[in-house]
Amino acid sequence: MDGRAAMKTRLAFAAVLLLVARAWALDGDLGLHDPSTIVRDGSRFYVYVTGAGLPMSVSDDGWTWRRAGTVMQSMPGGKPGVEVLARGGNNTWAPDVMKVGDKYFLYYSAPGTQPKSAIGLLVGKTLDPQSPEYGWTDAGPVVWSDGVEDSNAIDPGIFRDPTNGSLWLTYGSYFGYIRLVELDPRTGKRLYPQRTPVNVAINSEASIVIFRDGWYYLLVTHGSCCAGAASSYSLRVGRARKVTGPYLDRSDVDMLQGGGSLFLGSSARVIGPGHFGLLDLGDGVQKFSCHFEADLDRGGISVLDIRPLLWRDGWPVAGDNVAAGTYRIESVRTGTALELAVEGVPVGGRRGGARGGGGRGGNAGAGRGEAPPPAPVPAQEAAQVAANWPGGAADARLSPYLLQAQQKWSVTVVTNAGGYPGSPYFRISVAGTERTLTATADGELTVLPAFTGDSEQLWRIDQLADATYRLMPKAVRGGNAPMALSAIGGSSPTLERVDANTDRQRWLLRTP
Amino acid sequence: MTSDRTRIACAMAVCTALTGGIAAQGVPVVPTIIRPATATRPAGANGFLQRWLILEPIAVPGQLTDSAVRTTVSRDYFPGQLTALPQNGDMVTVDGKPLEWHTVDTTKYNVNLFHFAAGLKKPTSNVLFWVVTVVRAPQDMRDIRLAIGSNAASVWWLNGAEVISLFNDRQTVIDDGVSKRVTLNKGMNVIRAAIINAGGATDFCARFLDADARPIIGLTIDLAATR
Repeated sequence: MDGRAAMKTRLAFAAVLLLVARAWALDGDLGLHDPSTIVRDGSRFYVYVTGAGLPMSVSDDGWTWRRAGTVMQSMPGGKPGVEVLARGGNNTWAPDVMKVGDKYFLYYSAPGTQPKSAIGLLVGKTLDPQSPEYGWTDAGPVVWSDGVEDSNAIDPGIFRDPTNGSLWLTYGSYFGYIRLVELDPRTGKRLYPQRTPVNVAINSEASIVIFRDGWYYLLVTHGSCCAGAASSYSLRVGRARKVTGPYLDRSDVDMLQGGGSLFLGSSARVIGPGHFGLLDLGDGVQKFSCHFEADLDRGGISVLDIRPLLWRDGWPVAGDNVAAGTYRIESVRTGTALELAVEGVPVGGRRGGARGGGGRGGNAGAGRGEAPPPAPVPAQEAAQVAANWPGGAADARLSPYLLQAQQKWSVTVVTNAGGYPGSPYFRISVAGTERTLTATADGELTVLPAFTGDSEQLWRIDQLADATYRLMPKAVRGGNAPMALSAIGGSSPTLERVDANTDRQRWLLRTP
Repeated sequence: MTSDRTRIACAMAVCTALTGGIAAQGVPVVPTIIRPATATRPAGANGFLQRWLILEPIAVPGQLTDSAVRTTVSRDYFPGQLTALPQNGDMVTVDGKPLEWHTVDTTKYNVNLFHFAAGLKKPTSNVLFWVVTVVRAPQDMRDIRLAIGSNAASVWWLNGAEVISLFNDRQTVIDDGVSKRVTLNKGMNVIRAAIINAGGATDFCARFLDADARPIIGLTIDLAATR
C-alpha cells in the first residue's frame, strides 16, 4: 500500500482501537497496529505501536494486555524533537525497541508527507513508567528520506548481531528500498553516517533481521495494510550469509527483486499479518509477534498476536498456539503416551489368551467367502470403562498408545487464570472425566479426581522450535524453578527442571 | 537341591554354567550368569547393578494385567518375602517345593532370568522370580531414582517401600520404570523385586539415576551384608 494512503488510516486505527477489548487470541486490550518487537523489562512485557504519542501496551504475563499511556507523555512538548520534525513530520508510527547495554533504544517513524520521513531515536533506562528512572531522551533523527530518493524512512527494525555484537537498522516502505545501516551500540545513532545505506529488499515494509545458525533472515511484510479484511498483508522471509545480503527467498529470488517466501498469511479468523517481531523467551522457546489487520472475532479490527516460532530445514516456520481439544500426549523420547495409571481395557473388549484371540491370524477368515465383513469396533470412551477405575488420586504413567480412554486427554482453556506469551493456561483432564493432571509438591505428578483451579493444575504448553511441545505447570508448591513434564522413563513421567536440550521434555500432541 | 547347587558351582566355574542346558541348533549360548568372584562389586560402567540374589522360580499364573500382577505379588509365598535378607544357598519352601537362593553376577547390563532358570532346569514360563540385592551408598543420596526394565511385569521395593510397578507383557527397556525421587541411605540399602514372566525370554536390569537423570556409578553392591 502506498505510504501516503496508509497514513490517515493508521492514525484512525490508533484512535478507534483504544475502545476495543475482548478475549480471544490474546486477552485484554489488543487493538493496535504496527507493533514493535515485544520486550521484557523485569517481570513485564512491553509493546509500542502506531498512534499519537506512540501508544504503549503492557502485560504482566504476555497473555493479557492493557494500554499504558504513550511514550511522548514523557517528552517535552509531547512530540518528536525539533530535528526529527524537520527531517520528517509529526506523526509517530511503527516503533521498534531494543535494550543495548544498560540503555533502551526506541526507534520510531516520524513521517511527514511521505515519502519524506525520518526515523527518530529515543533513549531510556527503563520501560517501566512507574520507575523513578523512567523517561525518554530525544536523540534526534537516525535516518531519513527526503521525499524524492528511493526510500521511505519508516518502519524501523533493530538487529543485534550475536556473532560480533554489531547493531543494525533496517527501514523502509513501498516507496523504494528496504535499507540497512549499521548503528553505534553506544549511542544508537549511525556508526558510519557518511556511508551509503545498503539496499536489501524492495516492495516491502516492516522489515527486521534475525539470526540463527549462521544465517541472517530478513523478515518483511508484503501486500497492503490498513483496509481491514481487504488487507493483503503477509509476512515474508529471505536469508543471507551476511547481514548485508543478498537476501534470497526459498526459490532463490533476491528480495531486492521482489523475492520473499511466505512465512505467514491469513488463516482461520484473522486476516493480514504484518510487522514481525522476535520474542525469544529463552530455554529453547522462541515466539514471534505481529498484528493482524482484521480479527473477524473482534469485529474485524487490527489486533496483536503472539505465536510460536518454529524452524525447519533452515527456515522459520510460523507455529500455532495450542487449540483446546482432545489429544494423546506422546513422549518424543520414548514414544509412549501419558495415561491415567489404571488397568486398561482393550478397545472392543478382551479377546482372551496371552496373545489375544484376534492376533496372528485370528481373523484370517473374516471378509472372505460367506462371512460378513468384521464390524467396526467403536472408539472407547471413559464412560464405558471408568466405573472400574479406583477413586481418589491416581498416578500418571506412560504406556504404548492403545486408543484407550485413560490415554486421551482433554486440553481446555482455563478462563480468568492468566497465561503466558501467546496462550492462556490449560487444564489437562482425562477426556470425559474430571480427573486432572496435577503437579505435586515434591515435583512429581498425580491425577486428582477433580479440577480445583490451583496453580498446580494450570498448564503452560509452549511449542518448541521443532514443533514439539513443552508442558509446564504454572507452579509447583514450594518450588521456584520452572518445571516441565518429563519422560524420565519409558513408563515413567515426572517433572524436571526445564532443560531445552533433552528429548525427555518434548511431547507431541496428537489426534487420539 | 545338592545336585543343582553342585551343577551351578561347577558350571559357573567354567563359565558355561547355567546356560549349558539351553544351547541349541549348534549355536552355543553365551553365558551371562556367573558366580561372583569377589566379596563386593561396584555398580557397572553405566550404573547397572550386576550382582543379585535370585530365588528359583515359583510357578504362578502368567497373567500380567495390573490386577493380576497385584494378586500374584501380594500372596505370601514364604516367610519374610518382603523383609528377609537371604544368603546364597538359603532354602525356602513354596507350595511344598524347596527353592534355593543363588547369588549371581551378570556379565551384561541385564540379568537374564531365562539363562538362570534354564541352566537350573527350572521352568521359565508362568513363573515368578524374587530377586534381592544390597547397595552400599557412601553418603545419603537424595532426589535420586531407581530405574529398571523388566520382562515381563515387575514390582520393586527400595528399603521396604514399593517404588515401581510395571504391568503387561513387555520387554526389558533400560529405564523403563523409574521411581519417584527417593533417598539412598548412607550404608546399606535393600532393593527387592518380584518379576513375573508369562512365556519366552525373561530378564531385568536396574540402576540408579541422579537428579539430572544420569546413571550413578559410585555405588557398591555388597551381598555380604545379608550375612
